Amino acid sequence: MPDAPGRLPRSFTTPGSASFVEFLASHDPTLLPGGRALPAGEAPASPHGTTIVALQYSGGVVMAGDRRATAGSMIASRHIEKVHQADDYSVIGIAGTAGLALELVRLFQLELEHYEKIEGTLLSLDGKANRLATMVRGGLGLAMQGLAVVPLFGGFDLDRGAGRIFSFDVTGGRYEETDHHAVGSGSMFARGSLKKLWRPRLSEVDAVQVAVHALVDAADDDAATGGPDPLRRLWPTVAVVDADGYRAVGDAELGAAVERVDAVRRQEAGEQR
Amino acid sequence: MSMPFYVSPEQLMKDRADYARKGIARGRSVVVVGYDQGIAFATENPSAALHKISEIYDRIAFAAVGKYNEFENLRVAGIRYADLRGYSYDRSDVSARALANAYAQTLGTVFTTESKPLEVELAVAEVGATPADDQIYRLSYDGSVTDERRYVVMGGQADRLAARLEEGWREGLDLAAAVGLAVGVLGSQGEDEPRAIEAAQLEVAVLDRARPRRAFRRLGADVVAELLAAAGG
Repeated sequence: MPDAPGRLPRSFTTPGSASFVEFLASHDPTLLPGGRALPAGEAPASPHGTTIVALQYSGGVVMAGDRRATAGSMIASRHIEKVHQADDYSVIGIAGTAGLALELVRLFQLELEHYEKIEGTLLSLDGKANRLATMVRGGLGLAMQGLAVVPLFGGFDLDRGAGRIFSFDVTGGRYEETDHHAVGSGSMFARGSLKKLWRPRLSEVDAVQVAVHALVDAADDDAATGGPDPLRRLWPTVAVVDADGYRAVGDAELGAAVERVDAVRRQEAGEQR
Repeated sequence: MSMPFYVSPEQLMKDRADYARKGIARGRSVVVVGYDQGIAFATENPSAALHKISEIYDRIAFAAVGKYNEFENLRVAGIRYADLRGYSYDRSDVSARALANAYAQTLGTVFTTESKPLEVELAVAEVGATPADDQIYRLSYDGSVTDERRYVVMGGQADRLAARLEEGWREGLDLAAAVGLAVGVLGSQGEDEPRAIEAAQLEVAVLDRARPRRAFRRLGADVVAELLAAAGG
């Protein structure tokens, strides 16, 4: 029976799912990133986001991303934000095709909020990571056309009282990472840096500095990763999630962290001469 | 072939309205009151899990009386509607007015075309930048909408309780006074001595103007007890 005009469509009043993505799939699948038919051929060069790092510290997790987006050899943006709040207790960073990645972030934020409103309770951290894995898997068709999106997910697990980090692959594989992880084009260099700089039970200030240092090292060797830009006062996006929830690290703190990293590097360069 | 009895449209609508009204009158009332820093919702509800008051969107909340399965269905539909609209356009484009319209159409269509009307009454409220920008809509089982100014009472004996509320309400109430007034109205019983309702038996929530994005907040029993003590003393 067709719906009477003006009234809420039946898909809205069908009981069952607390998932916004599942609701969209039944109501209008073309609104989902993986629900659109793709034309044949290669997608033209579009902005790509690059390096994201995350690490655990004594209070939770720190996640940081550089500010560069590239389209081929062009710098498409020098102030893109790739680290976003997912909900009160989690953070998501994205590498890959920027347009699709930002759509995934919006959808994921909404998915968590939607569940929270309908069920009246927060999803567990594992539940959030599993939802994200399902959504990444939904983009597999796009990934096979070269439009891959790879998120990095971190959050504070309220049941365990600890920060946790999850990485994903384009097939929807979900992997819990211990200590630290990085994704994106500069991740190889960032991971090397994290391995040498990370220590168990870092303080928050030190953890932010290690994250910034890893991004500086990635920018040193990867053309697609942007370093801190003191002239424009553009710093990496850094977020902290601890028992009190999500907090974006402010520009003043970041400026100070960048200066400390620079001081360490100047000293090392001086010792070599 | 048997012929169905002729029932005049007036009689048909009246029967349906009576049926819906009876169902609604059985439930506990909900009071929605505007105060200086937002909009407060209060109802007697011993269950801590089955809510009658809920968040819909950043600045919009929902309250209902009547049959739980029916208004729960409408609540979920409202959240889906608001989230889809915010996702397609922008968060600032989700309004209580549009949601109230969608609810009104749904209630009206069910009332006239389906075998049984929905036994619910709803309130949809949106908190604005100032008390003058606050909006409260009251929706009836037959789809009629009223744009209420400062407060709404729904459920059994709504008229009597609304008269009580009108006496006590004034511009610029603070939160404690608003919750105190709402609970006083819920506990009033005609000519008899009013009942005192324990904080644990109450479901109280606010749309708090001062909160940055999501204005909705539930108030726990301890907070409600403090507010009631402040309002009484």
